[in-house]
Amino acid sequence: MNTTAMTQQAANMAPLYAEVFLLVAASAILLIDMFLAESKRSITYVLSLLTLAGCACFSMADYNSGATVYTFSNMFVSDPMANLLKLASYGAVAVTLVYSRQYAHQRGMLGGTLGGEFYVLALFALLGQMVMISGNNFLSIYLGLELMSLSLYALVALRRDHSMSTEAAMKYFILGALASGFLLYGISMLYGATGSLDLTEVARRAADGTIKPNILVFGIVFVVAGLAFKLGAVPFHMWVPDVYQGSPTPVTLLLGAAPKLATFAICVRLLVEGLLPLAKDWQQMLMILAVLSLAVGNLTAIAQTNLKRMLAYSTIAQMGFVLLGLMAGVVGLDKSNAAAAYSAAMYYSVVYVFTTLGTFGLIMVLSRQGFEADELADFKGLSKRSPGFALIMSLLMFSLAGVPPMVGFAAKFAVLQAVLNTGATWLTVLAVMFSLIGAFYYLRVVKVMWFDEPTDTAPISVFGDARLVLGLNAVAVVAFGIMPGPLLNACLVAMTKTLAS
Amino acid sequence: MQSTILFSATPYLSLSIWLPIMCGLIILAIGSDARAGLVRVLALIGSIVSLLPTLPLVTQFDKAHHGIQFAEKSAWIERFNIFYWLGVDGLSLWFIPLTAFITVIVVISAWEVIQERVAQYMGAFLILSGLMIGVFASLDGLLFYFFFEATLIPMYIIIGVWGGANRVYAAFKFFLYTFFGSLLTLVAIIYLYNKSGSWNVLDWHQLKLSMREQTLIFFAFLMAFAVKVPMFPVHTWLPDVHVEAPTGGSAVLAAIMLKLGAYGFLRFSLPIVPDASRSLAWFVIGLSLIAVIYIGLVALVQKDMKKLVAYSSIAHMGFVTLGFFMFNDMSVQGGIVQMVSHGFISGAMFLCIGVLYDRAHSRQIADYGGVVNKMPRFAAFFILFSMANCGLPATSGFVGEFMVIIGAVKFNFVTGIAAASAVVLGAAYSLWMAKRVMFGKVANHHVAELTDINNREFLMLGILAIAVLAMGLYPAPFTDVMQTSVADLLQHVAISKLP
Repeated sequence: MNTTAMTQQAANMAPLYAEVFLLVAASAILLIDMFLAESKRSITYVLSLLTLAGCACFSMADYNSGATVYTFSNMFVSDPMANLLKLASYGAVAVTLVYSRQYAHQRGMLGGTLGGEFYVLALFALLGQMVMISGNNFLSIYLGLELMSLSLYALVALRRDHSMSTEAAMKYFILGALASGFLLYGISMLYGATGSLDLTEVARRAADGTIKPNILVFGIVFVVAGLAFKLGAVPFHMWVPDVYQGSPTPVTLLLGAAPKLATFAICVRLLVEGLLPLAKDWQQMLMILAVLSLAVGNLTAIAQTNLKRMLAYSTIAQMGFVLLGLMAGVVGLDKSNAAAAYSAAMYYSVVYVFTTLGTFGLIMVLSRQGFEADELADFKGLSKRSPGFALIMSLLMFSLAGVPPMVGFAAKFAVLQAVLNTGATWLTVLAVMFSLIGAFYYLRVVKVMWFDEPTDTAPISVFGDARLVLGLNAVAVVAFGIMPGPLLNACLVAMTKTLAS
Repeated sequence: MQSTILFSATPYLSLSIWLPIMCGLIILAIGSDARAGLVRVLALIGSIVSLLPTLPLVTQFDKAHHGIQFAEKSAWIERFNIFYWLGVDGLSLWFIPLTAFITVIVVISAWEVIQERVAQYMGAFLILSGLMIGVFASLDGLLFYFFFEATLIPMYIIIGVWGGANRVYAAFKFFLYTFFGSLLTLVAIIYLYNKSGSWNVLDWHQLKLSMREQTLIFFAFLMAFAVKVPMFPVHTWLPDVHVEAPTGGSAVLAAIMLKLGAYGFLRFSLPIVPDASRSLAWFVIGLSLIAVIYIGLVALVQKDMKKLVAYSSIAHMGFVTLGFFMFNDMSVQGGIVQMVSHGFISGAMFLCIGVLYDRAHSRQIADYGGVVNKMPRFAAFFILFSMANCGLPATSGFVGEFMVIIGAVKFNFVTGIAAASAVVLGAAYSLWMAKRVMFGKVANHHVAELTDINNREFLMLGILAIAVLAMGLYPAPFTDVMQTSVADLLQHVAISKLP
């Protein structure tokens, strides 16, 4: 009996090793970096990548065990979904760092008055995401969210002498704070109604029917609004285009890729794990958000001439698909398809993140000192200047448009299957029709690269590591598209286990 | 009659699909314009090697067998019960060698004509060939959709990169029109999967569906296949695309790609939703008759040769859909024969126009006249293919049209008369064009400077001429293989699937 008491007192640290390791390593990198000259910044770069590899070892071990472990009085949970999403996040951040080295180097983001903050802030943002992914308590989720957001605000403002970056940082900060406020207000409502911050406890209270649904729904409205802000779903999307366009491209990628996975995770934690009995209410809200996102995102993207802005609107539309997957879990009282639907949304998020990495990565490697390759016109005739990069970008665009054999098709297919399974035929037809509209602007990028004559003839020089990873990224988009089975299965298994706990 | 599945010891179908794709990828990887000669030779070897595994399909096909042959099945996406599931029957058999054959012809046709980005051109056509064979060979719904959609990518690039002045518009129109139709089909096939738990098309054939479901699925399929065929009134993309596409692109589009849609009717619409197909047959027959008569009239007034042949393609494909929806064995077989025959003839017509365009850089009929005086060998081919296009007996064009007309007369005398009158229109626009382009006095100095076809062009048109004549004189090999399958299909369609 004594031992049981002992384990309860001394919290089990094992599930937290990845987070602890990342925290220690990021702090160490910050210290080491202080003593490095600008020319030796690549040491920081290598150390950051090694840190991510170390984290991956810990999470991989947890993922392989397949167990769900709660620790720190239920504040923190390590389950297969969390570990899978963490692994994807490490990959996303690592790939971002590889793509952005040349860009950050040429833009003075790693020198002058700055040190290696870019790397350290990226790692801290990742730590925040990991806490979000594993949070099982309103407070730990909120803390993770704030750690991520604050690091990202600072990253957006990293080029402080650049007016567009500063403007983007200001917008992102104010709207991000507003979103946090929404979320916090919603959380306080739910806390007031259920008397607990623990998601497991909240779920139990919400299910037993003793609480008036009105107050819970009131809380949910604010929680959903906060989440929609973070996902960039219409009508809470205003910040997305400005911030995507205004941020330095590596930072766009840092806030547009891995954070989507963390936001997806807290959607699942808060809405599915915490408030599944009220699915009828929040599914309706998500449906409205999804339809609006698909419509506004796809239609507005057509009018864009700036590629980063166009991709921002495309992100809004893609998030519409994630929301479609999230709202397809429960039909009436039937929860039998929940794991299938949520795992489809999860698969969609992971696939979206890896496709986005490639597109922004390409924008980064094609830019050079004093030239941002972020206008659509900058890609004119790329197939003549560099057939390889044009091919990579084309594959990514076809993937975003959802054309087989690219992985984007498998993702769209998985979500559509889940939505149609709920009997919402009209919603499925609506979604595919907006995909058709979306295909137009993705095809336009392909058109610019292949059918137009080049106007810019400067030679393209790209660091070897970025070139290699971009190639692998494109191969992955095709390979996972032809063989989507393993990742789909991994998502389904992880989601089933997570929902069972 | 109990239908069974014959599995194949040698994966001929997989080879037919993946050999051209691998060859295409190799050519893309190693090719550059500095090594254009090597690329051309490699492409020719690749296309001929890809043709080889399609030949045993024809020679080893068991005509008396009911059901699928040369089947291959292995797990693909287990999460959704999706299989890599291939097989052919009499309905799809001929399209596989036809696709590989046309690809060889296209590679030959591009030999000297394409000078820029040769590797990408050849690679795109080889990959496209493999993907189209995949469409004909798939028996898994998602695998079919996978190939069906993937064909859009190389074709979009082919039109956009090597096309004419207005190529960008044409490439977008092509992609978005076909994408629109197939997305609705995607919803339909996901619905079928959710209902049956299987992606096997043969399982879908047995699935009970209510009339409401059948009607909605019928229209979802119709959207995809009607756009691809193309049927009136969603045919408007075809003339635009044909005019802008390079010669090889037009040939493949007319010869094979249009057949993907028509084949879809046979494999999906008719057997999966037979009740809706029967009750809505009047609708498809009406659209088909409009296509053969109205589009025939439209073809008559075209000034651009490619546009004229494009409209004539729409009219001829109208015969195909007309044949399918009259549900008698003569008309359905006639429809399939017409598809194969149109593959040869339309391909040949576009190649002929390409030959003229390469020399005089014009597709306008008015810019020519008296070409026979300068290009007698070419004129012989041109007249032969024009005659075949209007259905002259002893050419392949006659067989299909004749069978469909017999079927139409059996079905309903008025329909028969309407279909037969279209043959007159076909003769009018084909021969009138041949007359204006080929005969008369030498029209202008451009025509006077024309040189006759060289050996390469002679070879490619000669092979097609042999195919057209052989099929016209002795169509039995083509019709024999499909008799059993067509009879089984019609028997299946006649049985109600209402629950």
